[in-house]
Amino acid sequence: MQTGINYSDKIPNNVNLSEDKALQRALEHWQPNYLSWWNDMGPEGAMQHDVYLRTAVSVDPGGWAQFGHVKMPDYRWGIFMNPKEEGRTIGFGEHKGEAAWQDVPGEHRANLRRIIVTQGDTEPASVEQQRHLGLTAPSMYDLRNLFQINVEEGRHLWAMVYLLHKHFGRDGREEADALLQRNSGDADNPRILGAFNEKTPDWLAFFMFTYFTDRDGKFQLCALAESAFDPLARTTKFMLTEEAHHMFVGESGISRVIARTAAVMNELKTDDPAKIRAAGVIDLDTIQRYLNFHYSVTIDLFGADESSNAAIFYNSGLKGRFEETKRADDHQLQGQTYGVLAVQNDTLIERQVPMLNGLNEVLRDDYIKDSVGGVGRWNKVLEKAGIAFRLTVPHKAFNRKIGMLAGVKISPDGRVVSEVEFAANEKHWLPSVEDRAFVASLMHRVVEPGKFANWIAPPVMGINRQPADFDYVRFN
Amino acid sequence: MNVASASEIELSEGTPKTVTSANGNIDYRTEPSSYRHWSLAFDDVVATLSMNVDENAGLKPGYKLKLNSYDLGVDIELHDAVNRVRFEHPEVRTVVVTSARDRIFCSGANIFMLGVSSHGWKVNFCKFTNETRNGLEDSSQYSGLKFLAAVNGACAGGGYELALACDEILLIDDRSSSVSLPEVPLLGVLPGTGGLTRVTDKRHVRHDLADIFCTTTEGVRGQKAKDWRLVDDIAKPAVFAGRVRERALQLAAGSDRPADGKGVSLTRVERKDEPYALRYANVTVEIDRAKRNATFTMKAPTGKQPDSIQGIEAAGVNWWPLAMARELDDAILSMRTNEVDVGTWILKTEGDAAAVLASDAVLMKHKDHWLVRETIGLIRRTFSRIDVSSRSLFALIESESCFAGSLLELALACDRTYMLALPDDADRAPKITVSDVNFGLFPMATGQSRLARRFYEEVPAVEAVRAKAGMQLDADAAFALGLVTSAPDDIDWTDEVRIALEERAAMSPDALTGMEANLRFNGTENMVTRIFGRLTAWQNWIFQRPNAVGEKGALKLYGKGEKSQFDFNRV
Repeated sequence: MQTGINYSDKIPNNVNLSEDKALQRALEHWQPNYLSWWNDMGPEGAMQHDVYLRTAVSVDPGGWAQFGHVKMPDYRWGIFMNPKEEGRTIGFGEHKGEAAWQDVPGEHRANLRRIIVTQGDTEPASVEQQRHLGLTAPSMYDLRNLFQINVEEGRHLWAMVYLLHKHFGRDGREEADALLQRNSGDADNPRILGAFNEKTPDWLAFFMFTYFTDRDGKFQLCALAESAFDPLARTTKFMLTEEAHHMFVGESGISRVIARTAAVMNELKTDDPAKIRAAGVIDLDTIQRYLNFHYSVTIDLFGADESSNAAIFYNSGLKGRFEETKRADDHQLQGQTYGVLAVQNDTLIERQVPMLNGLNEVLRDDYIKDSVGGVGRWNKVLEKAGIAFRLTVPHKAFNRKIGMLAGVKISPDGRVVSEVEFAANEKHWLPSVEDRAFVASLMHRVVEPGKFANWIAPPVMGINRQPADFDYVRFN
Repeated sequence: MNVASASEIELSEGTPKTVTSANGNIDYRTEPSSYRHWSLAFDDVVATLSMNVDENAGLKPGYKLKLNSYDLGVDIELHDAVNRVRFEHPEVRTVVVTSARDRIFCSGANIFMLGVSSHGWKVNFCKFTNETRNGLEDSSQYSGLKFLAAVNGACAGGGYELALACDEILLIDDRSSSVSLPEVPLLGVLPGTGGLTRVTDKRHVRHDLADIFCTTTEGVRGQKAKDWRLVDDIAKPAVFAGRVRERALQLAAGSDRPADGKGVSLTRVERKDEPYALRYANVTVEIDRAKRNATFTMKAPTGKQPDSIQGIEAAGVNWWPLAMARELDDAILSMRTNEVDVGTWILKTEGDAAAVLASDAVLMKHKDHWLVRETIGLIRRTFSRIDVSSRSLFALIESESCFAGSLLELALACDRTYMLALPDDADRAPKITVSDVNFGLFPMATGQSRLARRFYEEVPAVEAVRAKAGMQLDADAAFALGLVTSAPDDIDWTDEVRIALEERAAMSPDALTGMEANLRFNGTENMVTRIFGRLTAWQNWIFQRPNAVGEKGALKLYGKGEKSQFDFNRV
């Protein structure tokens, strides 16, 4: 590694990088590894493109949305935290009312590190999952959005790595290195969470992922934004501003797929999936099955429905609830209970567990409320088009692999079913090999400015008020 | 244990005479003119240490020290007295431990004292009494100072355990005086000072006879005591004194303590007590009660140090190795007793490592001289106290430190050692130096050097260290040899150390005590380690159980005339 690089010039930041010897030293080791990871595992065949990207250069409203064409390896991955709120106190748990921590308390080092590593691990994982998608982008606009998400997931990795480097010493540096050594789907070195080892094989999956799975990210970040560990709270607050765009890509992407399908259905005056497919668009049943899959896999990410870790993390102030500060309760939750699902006599029942142990379920239920909203907006597209079909989220017990419901067979409408019944219906409930093959068959690269693949409608508006035929990506 | 009969029981009302400081702390420093419980008499090669406990001079209110029963205050004097024989009377080769009372030798630890003491106090008390008794055996093994228990009356519980720690036990055969360990039948607990272990390991009493002995309140006397190997010999009252003298001289004959040695007067260890610190000439302890840790800083010798026996004798108690060890010993005992919530001890050193090594070289050169030998012994026993202290031990090796030779031993004693790496400043980077003294001059209770313990006596690891003896090792070199736990550099240092200490302080102190003892005593077992291990495992368990300390427990009801009610579930 060449010495004398001015990291503070190279890396936009608001953390006094130039005065922080520890961090500077850490970056000297980590940054080249990061770039090498980006080149190996980042968007395939796209490193020389000039991409119209948003780059955060400060946390001010005007500073985090600077647009310009840039080669992705030269993207200025910055380190940003929301401004420090003087006198901030801890909002929940046994330390409620005490001053927020500016340093990691030794007592909580292991748990905080685990939280940060787990969050950090998801960021590069999604880049890895999406690295081939550029080859089948349905438009230049979508290609640019994919790259935007990729570089911002990279920046979120930087945000977590900053915390590890800054506050966790040698252990933190080792963990930061390991974040680059695990790879999505790698048999020997998988990413930590199951959903991040799943493939994102096509653009429908990508839109579903950004709508559902990045929304999990939003809820995790919101819970961490309440943390007693102030640097974590400030970092995650800023990450949330970027996460919003990712969910927008997902929601609008699915909307456009639906709009295109609805248009074809109306043209052909049919709701026969075979005919719809034959017309080169994705039938609504297939979209529903993709939704079922991504929704159920994502709600597993909130963890076991009854969790001692959740209780410990909350009680010790490490991780709060969604919108903790807006809630009007005692923020300590001792002696309170919460309902979680269980199966008894082949029926789903609700059983009460101590609220502290049920906090994963609390966050999962908040997530469900939020994610249902977008599904309603998709249905508005169908309604407008005069189509009767409605998308729905499956029952939260459907297709679960984590917690009490793991291994129990539940239909999307929430009935306990036999193995046989589940197997017989699986192809109606979850994307089949044929579904995926069909969707894959539609995936062809369309990158002429203003052109869109047949299976997706153009967006209502371009990025940064640019027209739809703007040259978002310049191929060199 | 105190086997006072019920009629004699009477709790003290008066204010006890104590060895407490103005702040209520226990002070381990004393001297013969202040003794309330012991007297020392010297006759050529034989010293006689006579117990005559002042029953109204208990350390704390709430009990009377009847029948030569003891509390911590009595043992503090015993500890002091033995040290005075060691250092002030090199001509003494045998110490006769006896009683100045008629028909009672010693009835052991005072039961009423145990009854009013917290569990923690009892454990700390037992630890110190064990160390004192182990110290008798240590002096016999290493320094030629022999001990003869002249059991001239009833000898029960801790009294017999004191006798067991001596080289020989001579019991008066008066048809009434017995030796006994009545803890189990009478109190529902175990002997707390190695009694069971010494009966088997040291005296090789057959286990079934030991079973009878340990479940018989009245004990065993006369010929049977000898036949069962509970004592070495018995003597009728008329000939008892003569036999004591005779045996004492026979023991003395095997000793090489010099007739013409120049004793060193153990003047009072000077200590400045501050609210947050103990300050001695060579040792400072700074206490952070909020963080529940204390930093011990040992200072290297400064100025010209003697390198001849004459010079050492002239320096006397101010000779650095002796002064440092006495101060550290007092600091350890004070901190254990008076700062029980301070769960982590941070060990640091300060000064010129070359001076420490030069001093060690003098120790090695004259190690067979009685005074140097006694000094080495004191250092050995003091370091050994560290090993058995129920505190987390972290060494911090920073710039200006002098972890070399004897002071390196402190780092090797620790649960973890953090050494600062200064990759950009080789001059200021702290160094450690291994020397001859680290290879067995200060063995642990296990008989091993701390290096041997560290490497499970594996030859390649130990030899790799030996190959670097005398060299200054920086953090990377020390880490590579396995001599330090972690070698953070200057950028990481503050946070790594802070977090490690905070993390430690948050854990259960009980679990830590148990874990640390397990890991520190990791290989070789011997009688001493078994004594400590069994004490902490069995005795501390039994001491907490309702069958001992519940409302109807044996220890609680002792002397009240009420029968204890046991929960008969075997656990």
